[in-house]
Amino acid sequence: MAANQMRGKVVTITSGKGGVGKTTTTANLGVALARLDQKVVVVDTDIGLRNLDVIMGLENRIVYDLVDVVEGRSKLKQALIKHKQLPELYLIPAAQTRDKTAVSPQDMIQITNELRKEFDFIILDSPAGIERGFRNALAPADEVLIVTNPEVSAVRDADRIIGLIEAQNKGPAKLILNRVKMDMVKRGEMLSPTDVTDILAIKLIGIIPEDELVVSASNNGIPVTLNETSKAGMAYRNIARRLMGESVPFMPLESNTGFFQRLAKLFTGD
Amino acid sequence: MRDGLVAIKGVKDGLLVSLNESEDWQRVINDLAARIDEQSSFFAGAKISVDIGTRPVPKYALSSLKALLERRNLMLSVIISDSDTTLEAAQALDLRTAIATEKPGQPQPTDTINPEEDGSPGVLIRRTLRSGRIIRSAGHVIVLGDVNPGAEIIAHGDVIVWGVLRGSVHAGAEGDTGAIVCALEMTPMQLRIAGVAAQLPNPKRRTPAPEIARLEQAQVVIISWNR
Repeated sequence: MAANQMRGKVVTITSGKGGVGKTTTTANLGVALARLDQKVVVVDTDIGLRNLDVIMGLENRIVYDLVDVVEGRSKLKQALIKHKQLPELYLIPAAQTRDKTAVSPQDMIQITNELRKEFDFIILDSPAGIERGFRNALAPADEVLIVTNPEVSAVRDADRIIGLIEAQNKGPAKLILNRVKMDMVKRGEMLSPTDVTDILAIKLIGIIPEDELVVSASNNGIPVTLNETSKAGMAYRNIARRLMGESVPFMPLESNTGFFQRLAKLFTGD
Repeated sequence: MRDGLVAIKGVKDGLLVSLNESEDWQRVINDLAARIDEQSSFFAGAKISVDIGTRPVPKYALSSLKALLERRNLMLSVIISDSDTTLEAAQALDLRTAIATEKPGQPQPTDTINPEEDGSPGVLIRRTLRSGRIIRSAGHVIVLGDVNPGAEIIAHGDVIVWGVLRGSVHAGAEGDTGAIVCALEMTPMQLRIAGVAAQLPNPKRRTPAPEIARLEQAQVVIISWNR
């Protein structure tokens, strides 16, 4: 409890299944929160398979990483990499050469407690799976966001993860539904947001539409949130505001449908 | 049961270890370790189910029990317990769990007036069963919540789901052909009664309504609850 009274909030981004967009979400929420004048650090906890640094465009600035901090080769401050454009945004990269056992849940609690003193938001990018790496990222979480796609297999894994989070008394987690293709939903070819929340029974905090700009932005190391014209970027900015406790009305992804208005009731915004 | 701390018996697919519910946990565990070490050839390679009873056991204690067995090359296959704390700790360790419903040591109620009111064993689970959760019970299972795809219930008796049944269910798993399954919305992944698998219609064509499944002439029939 003492930890929660400190300044910063630890938000863990996880999913169960790989490739649904955890790292992209982490990078974009980090950028979006920093642009709202929050002091933010994003932490890559996927030891051995780091890539948050690539999406953030900070790969070439890495000197020390998370494992260096845990094993005492570097001070926490030395491992913080400042973002190029946003002075309030920092990254702690994962180690490339080690595996998940190099860090324990206790280490993560210790490190995040240090970070809480300096930052408003500490965003942890969890690895896929339900093993040690997931438990490392979950242990210090104040809030858990689950990223899933409107696909049966991704939803199944998200369900499993939600059960594990409940068992650790870390819930209730909130849901980010990523890569939604509205035209496919309308044709009944893709699970709708309601189909997903019917099964998972947790609150949505955001729906990210499929957007080609996300891929090119990630490849260029410039998170899509920085692109004002991107719908996905807009959706991430809305999630950031909701994380700060704002009640943000749902973004109309298409002007000619009442579908998304009906979705509004699924949201936490009261 | 010789000294009352640990009871061990052979079951279908391994050994069932029942731990005393009231003695000091560490004493019980030490006794278990001693028993295994005494008869290591008897135990060698066995799958172990551990019945912990009603005692709430925290995660670290379960974790050290698991480690103790693993050091002796034994696989901890299932944790059986009546305690939510213990079951959740076991879930957190990714152990399979089962809820104890029949206590061999427990006296059966004797002064019967109406046999139906004597109570057949059952468990009530007041939460949604999410993917990966498996409930095994020697009695009936009642779930107040949904049973999601990837979750599974295996009951010797009936299964009642006050919610949407989307996962897998086997009622009458030990051969009770009178067992039933009912749910507010019946769209299971798999449904079996006493080993007979149901032919499930395409869930998309069904209207959600309470239904009940039972065996009729060795076939599973699913009918609407409104008779």
